[in-house]
Amino acid sequence: MIELIISILLLIGGAFVLVGSIGLVKMPDFFMRLHGPTKATTLGMASLLIAAMIFFSTKQAGVSVNEILISLFLLLTAPISGYMMIKSAIHHKLDSIERTKGTENIEDDV
Amino acid sequence: MLENVILIVYAMIGVSLLLNLWRLLVGPSIPDRILALDTMYINSIALIILYGMSMGTTLYFEAALLIAMLGFVSTVAVCKYLLRGDIIE
Amino acid sequence: MRLETRFKWLPAPFLSLLLFFVWLLLNNSASAGHIVLAIVLAIGIPLVTSPFATKQPLIIKPGLAFRHLMLVLYDIITANVQVAVLILGPNKKLTPGFVKVPLDLTHSMPITILASTVSLTPGTVSAEVYPLRECIIEDNDLEQRFLLIHVLDLKDEQALINTIKQRYEAPLKEIFQC
Repeated sequence: MIELIISILLLIGGAFVLVGSIGLVKMPDFFMRLHGPTKATTLGMASLLIAAMIFFSTKQAGVSVNEILISLFLLLTAPISGYMMIKSAIHHKLDSIERTKGTENIEDDV
Repeated sequence: MLENVILIVYAMIGVSLLLNLWRLLVGPSIPDRILALDTMYINSIALIILYGMSMGTTLYFEAALLIAMLGFVSTVAVCKYLLRGDIIE
Repeated sequence: MRLETRFKWLPAPFLSLLLFFVWLLLNNSASAGHIVLAIVLAIGIPLVTSPFATKQPLIIKPGLAFRHLMLVLYDIITANVQVAVLILGPNKKLTPGFVKVPLDLTHSMPITILASTVSLTPGTVSAEVYPLRECIIEDNDLEQRFLLIHVLDLKDEQALINTIKQRYEAPLKEIFQC
């Protein structure tokens, strides 16, 4: 039973990581590519790490919770690295695809 | 059953690492390459955790934590370099 | 908004709590010795480092903050399924866009938290805070601030702005009382 839960969590995690990378390759411009890795990959990693936590808790004596630390760290840092990347993309004036609405909202930075 | 599932997930992560590598090599602009590299860090953490699970040891936890921290710091440092042309002002 | 705690020996209660749990998680044990060491570290490190740090607003309503955290975690899961469907679907259907959201928050710390939740939750990534400034710490200047976000699939701009303001910004205003 527990093996089944671990397997399902592992498969969900792997699928989300894969979706994040597919988004990275498939999307037409940088701003749309950013959505895959910042969101799907982070949730996939959280799911994988929860699976690892359950796995090691059943395998050894006592619970193993330190995998939570990595998922917490990834959840905290993913938006910040995404913010830094989109800031540098705006600074370099990367092109967004033509049908993007509201590009006049971007102000020039110094 | 769990062994087979771990093998399947290995394959998924491997494919996503290859996709990231393609974006890293092709990516038209520098932020694209940084994004691909950042995603590769995160996927390699997943690979290490899976390896630890298939070996049945928690020894690799520290390695995964170190990669998470250094990956974040290096991404921010490279972005800062792109923004300012300088890391330490 | 309150910057000072009631007790002198506890300058940053949330940081202390975080340090306590991180120490226990790193060692993966809850034995008495580790708990004592964690308490010593959780009180000692903020005491030593608080003179260097700028004062940040305190969480005034911890219960509401916990409820907001649970809401955000739930939203992360549902939003990720939506984003996965959008990514796997055809590219031509997506209409990306940049949206400017006016902010009621004034201090930099709540704005950071709002930008992070916006990045993690629906199909949006926060991009910039306008007006551009090196550091936004003073809260006496009353200039209107905007958060620039990039949306993966923009359907209704006004509805999106309303959702962000009601669902994520209003609880933050309540939590920090500013």
